[in-house]
Amino acid sequence: MSPAVMQTVTLIPGDGIGPEISSAVMKIFEAAKAPIRWEERNVTAIKGPGGRWMIPPDAKESMDRSKIGLKGPLKTPIAAGHPSMNLLLRKTFDLYANVRPCVSIEGYKTPYTDVNLVTIRENTEGEYSGIEHVIVDGVVQSIKLITEDASRRIAEYAFEYARNNQRTSVTAVHKANIMRMSDGLFLRKCREVAENYKDIKFTEMYLDTVCLNMVQDPTQFDVLVMPNLYGDILSDLCAGLIGGLGVTPSGNIGANGVAIFESVHGTAPDIAGLDMANPTALLLSAVMMLRHMGLHDYGNKIQTACFDTIRDKKVLTKDLGGNSKCSEFTAEICRRIQDMA
Amino acid sequence: MATRGHLGNLFCSSSAWEILNCILFWLHNQTKSPTPPPAKYGGRHTVTLIPGDGIGPELLNHVREVFRFSCVPVDFEVVNVNSALETDDDMNNAITAIRRNGIALKGNIETKHTMAPSVKSRNNLLRTSLDLYANVMHCQSLPGVQTRHKNIDIMIIRENTEGEYSSLEHESVSGVVESLKIITRNNSLRIADYAFKLAREKGRRRVTAVHKANIMKLGDGLFLQCCREVASGYPDITFDSMIVDNTTMQLVSKPHQFDVMVMPNLYGNVVSNVCAGLVGGPGLVPGANYGNAYAVFETATRNTGKSIAGKNIANPTAMLLASCMMLDHLKLYDHATMIRHAVLKTMNETRVSLPSLKGLSPHLPLCHEAHWSLF
Repeated sequence: MSPAVMQTVTLIPGDGIGPEISSAVMKIFEAAKAPIRWEERNVTAIKGPGGRWMIPPDAKESMDRSKIGLKGPLKTPIAAGHPSMNLLLRKTFDLYANVRPCVSIEGYKTPYTDVNLVTIRENTEGEYSGIEHVIVDGVVQSIKLITEDASRRIAEYAFEYARNNQRTSVTAVHKANIMRMSDGLFLRKCREVAENYKDIKFTEMYLDTVCLNMVQDPTQFDVLVMPNLYGDILSDLCAGLIGGLGVTPSGNIGANGVAIFESVHGTAPDIAGLDMANPTALLLSAVMMLRHMGLHDYGNKIQTACFDTIRDKKVLTKDLGGNSKCSEFTAEICRRIQDMA
Repeated sequence: MATRGHLGNLFCSSSAWEILNCILFWLHNQTKSPTPPPAKYGGRHTVTLIPGDGIGPELLNHVREVFRFSCVPVDFEVVNVNSALETDDDMNNAITAIRRNGIALKGNIETKHTMAPSVKSRNNLLRTSLDLYANVMHCQSLPGVQTRHKNIDIMIIRENTEGEYSSLEHESVSGVVESLKIITRNNSLRIADYAFKLAREKGRRRVTAVHKANIMKLGDGLFLQCCREVASGYPDITFDSMIVDNTTMQLVSKPHQFDVMVMPNLYGNVVSNVCAGLVGGPGLVPGANYGNAYAVFETATRNTGKSIAGKNIANPTAMLLASCMMLDHLKLYDHATMIRHAVLKTMNETRVSLPSLKGLSPHLPLCHEAHWSLF
């Protein structure tokens, strides 16, 4: 393999098990000799000059420069003073699309086999607008915002993704029978964009029907595009089909070419620092990142090594059903990669 | 019947008539003598029947047949609702009929979202006008149905009147639409109280509140707080909470951890459909909507099933079990048990092509003669 140009990637290790799985990924990339230079940054929220919460300026500057980021899990407290860290990152970089490919992992058995679908979730508006008011004491109103621009943008991304990744159909998921205007607008935009992509089949399905059919036969779905809340629920549902958040990759695509790939599991504070964590999710997200950057060879090599290790079942972390440490699992993958070269 | 597994879907590989015949066969086996018992004077109930669209009419016809055969003392007052019309007159008639009779059995009314946004979902209108605040779905694995997970037994209680289904939307600026999700303390307390009362009544051990309070801090935060308040009055029942996305993930991997679940409207929609899928499909699970004064029974997943309507393949199980729930509500327990038993017996049979019933399927009156004469 001819030496490629070193590319910088902003690495955000995160909290809890974040640092250990990040270092596992770095070790594996080193073993694969991937041309990636890591720039580690911390994104704990700080209060800016105007009193608004923001991410530290050095983290922002690094991301703006490198355009690509890899992120570990961040803490999201319930009913705390500052907004969710993940939400803050999304707003800062306008990460409008959350992409989660869910493919059944051979060797990690679940009741569902042959899952191969992608959920594309609008990530900036919808039910997560964060706009809530107490109207009178005991009555709360949460506002779900759907805009034409955001809906069109996510629909365009979904069809582009389908085309670039040889997927055959895109399904818009909605509840336009109940939320006539908001989901109706979303649906209309999807239909308009579908007109420009006649090579891709476009269908529409109610959220409840999708849920119903997904747990009975997930093979009927290909690419799913939807607003924020439905995307949140469905992407986690699909992650559950293939084995949980510990093995599910995720990528966030933003405006201006920025993309942040992340593991979507929690910080697992109970096992942090004990060398028990499973780095698969972060690793597969890093593979997604390599593919996004055009480094398919490295991505395939690392993914094959990872899947082979899991299929072999000899060295597995506790959550995958084994007894090995995180470092042992990482070392096994590194060994396979070196054997491949 | 081709395979057991297929019975779980909304449509089945045998014709619905064949299944109906089996149910009637088992019903007949349960009655001691061929002579129907005399109906009590003044002991008959009147129930509003709303056929709805799609498979609704045919499913409700099956219910009427079974009731007639079992001599259930229920008369149906049929009210048709034309979903193609933009006016609300049909719905007002239906609502008045339900107020009059107190109980209804209904099929799903289609919401054509090609119509103007001012024409709201008729089903939703019915639920809010009659204040049917609790949607109850008992998700149980049924014998004879092939599913990936076995022995599921989850009760889902869903707030039925507010939340995301408030139908309050406006376009404040061109291209920007706002939809309001309303959560109130009163309704949250009410549904939580209903959930805990039902859990205690049925001897259930745990209630889980499903929410997204980490993101919707005020709205779902209020819901969660109300659940906690009510929980403190039921120390014999364990209370915990789970975020909705994690809930769906847990449901598809470890569904047995759930006992009773309570949640706002939209999450209820998602969770009940996931659970219906887990136990075998929309054709199997009955649902009930309860208010303080009225009760309406239907299939749990409220499908119109347009694509399979009129083909004699819609699975009658869900609607029949819903009618049994209705009979329980009317305190006609014996009839309810009898019909339920017949339905479950039919499902559990490996070969339903009994010689006596073969070839008789489309001719139900002949069927009755055959039954009386054979046994």
